[in-house]
Amino acid sequence: MSNEIHLTTPLKTEDLEKLNVGDKVLISGKVYTARDAAHKRLVELVQAGKELPFNINGAVIYFVGPAPAPPGKPIGSAGPTTSYRMDPYSPTLLDVGLKAMIGKGQRGTAVINSIIKNKAIYLVAIGGAAVVTAQSVTSCKIIAYEDLGAEAIRELEVENFPAFVANDTKGQDIFKLGKEKYQNK
Amino acid sequence: MKKINVKEITPVIRKLFIDANYYIEQDLVDKMNEFLEIEKSETARGIIELILDNHAEAASEKMPLCQDTGVAIVFLEVGQDVQFVGGNLNNAINEGVRQAYKDGYLRKSMVDDPVIKRINTKDNTPAIIYTDIVDGDKVKITVAPKGGGAENMSEVKMMKAADGIEGVKNFVVDRIIQSGGNPCPPVVVGVGIGGSFEQCALLAKKSLLRPLDKINEDSVWAEVEEEILTRINDSGIGPMGLGGNTTALAVNILSKPCHIASMPVAVNVQCHCHRHKSIVLE
Repeated sequence: MSNEIHLTTPLKTEDLEKLNVGDKVLISGKVYTARDAAHKRLVELVQAGKELPFNINGAVIYFVGPAPAPPGKPIGSAGPTTSYRMDPYSPTLLDVGLKAMIGKGQRGTAVINSIIKNKAIYLVAIGGAAVVTAQSVTSCKIIAYEDLGAEAIRELEVENFPAFVANDTKGQDIFKLGKEKYQNK
Repeated sequence: MKKINVKEITPVIRKLFIDANYYIEQDLVDKMNEFLEIEKSETARGIIELILDNHAEAASEKMPLCQDTGVAIVFLEVGQDVQFVGGNLNNAINEGVRQAYKDGYLRKSMVDDPVIKRINTKDNTPAIIYTDIVDGDKVKITVAPKGGGAENMSEVKMMKAADGIEGVKNFVVDRIIQSGGNPCPPVVVGVGIGGSFEQCALLAKKSLLRPLDKINEDSVWAEVEEEILTRINDSGIGPMGLGGNTTALAVNILSKPCHIASMPVAVNVQCHCHRHKSIVLE
């Protein structure tokens, strides 16, 4: 039985150290969206020693390119995109203070090692459940790279955004553990 | 000769793409519920329930099931006694896509060119259109918006005859196991066997259109499908890769004759957001 734990952003290391893979978390506060194109630009800023468009200390990045908001809604459907495409960029951002990433699918070894080193976490949201996920978003504004359209960086205000811990600070990986537990040999 | 004005096609395409993105087909819902009964992992059951809940929410809120509203794939079966008049058919289809993605608040996900500039075309065109000529004077249109995450896990392999049926089964099973949680499992596995390099890929895509409650008409392939499905679900990958017994909902195979030197096999992976809608213009 997995636990259900509330997290508020910006995240603190001590909050994350308590988490184990398989735990269900409900996130509240600010979350920043970024996909491949935005990640490339963020990493270029870090490498050039320039300021990022948001405070990355304790920040949560959600790998998502939402659908356009229909009238009367803060955001359109907004489920996660596949995370491995962000693997080349994530360690650089974790090194400068990023604390959690939300996406779907397994991460590479370099990212997992960086998660352990920086006491961060990787969370999985339910792909395809994009209407239900969008319902936890209370506000959404573009804060950078508007030219990227769906891939622009958005600041989301979320309330009880649901996700599962997939890689914890101790280096456990749910994609290995879950598979081992349920496979029929 | 029956004449169809292409101007009638545009609103039809528009409605099909909006409906496909908002309203999931019942066969998918039924299949999900079947697996919910036998799934052993509590987390996995929770995920399946959330996906089912999302189907209901998308329909009632009139919002796309998934934010990845896909590349616009269109299959046409055109009766050979039909003549299209009033303009260019492909342009009329693309106009329908343009209107659907704008009016339906669907995400525009196409970039041009694919490598160097990657600039969004801003209206989700161009559509990818496949046309088959059939008997009669009707036109069947099927639209299938296809998300990128599952498409990226697909593969074509030019196998050898010596690899045999076991080689084919292993290739398909390994492709899905290596994909893990990436393609949003539980997936539907489309398999194309035979033909040429490009025909087997198209067969794999077309196989996904077979309703999930229909088994393969060829009993030999039906058995192969069943075995591959069991092996995939024995892997333990589970919904979203978090562990469980529900990794694939169905395996659909389509085959065609091929060259004596060849045995092409394609796996087209479809996420659980398995969207398609059809209409027949009489």
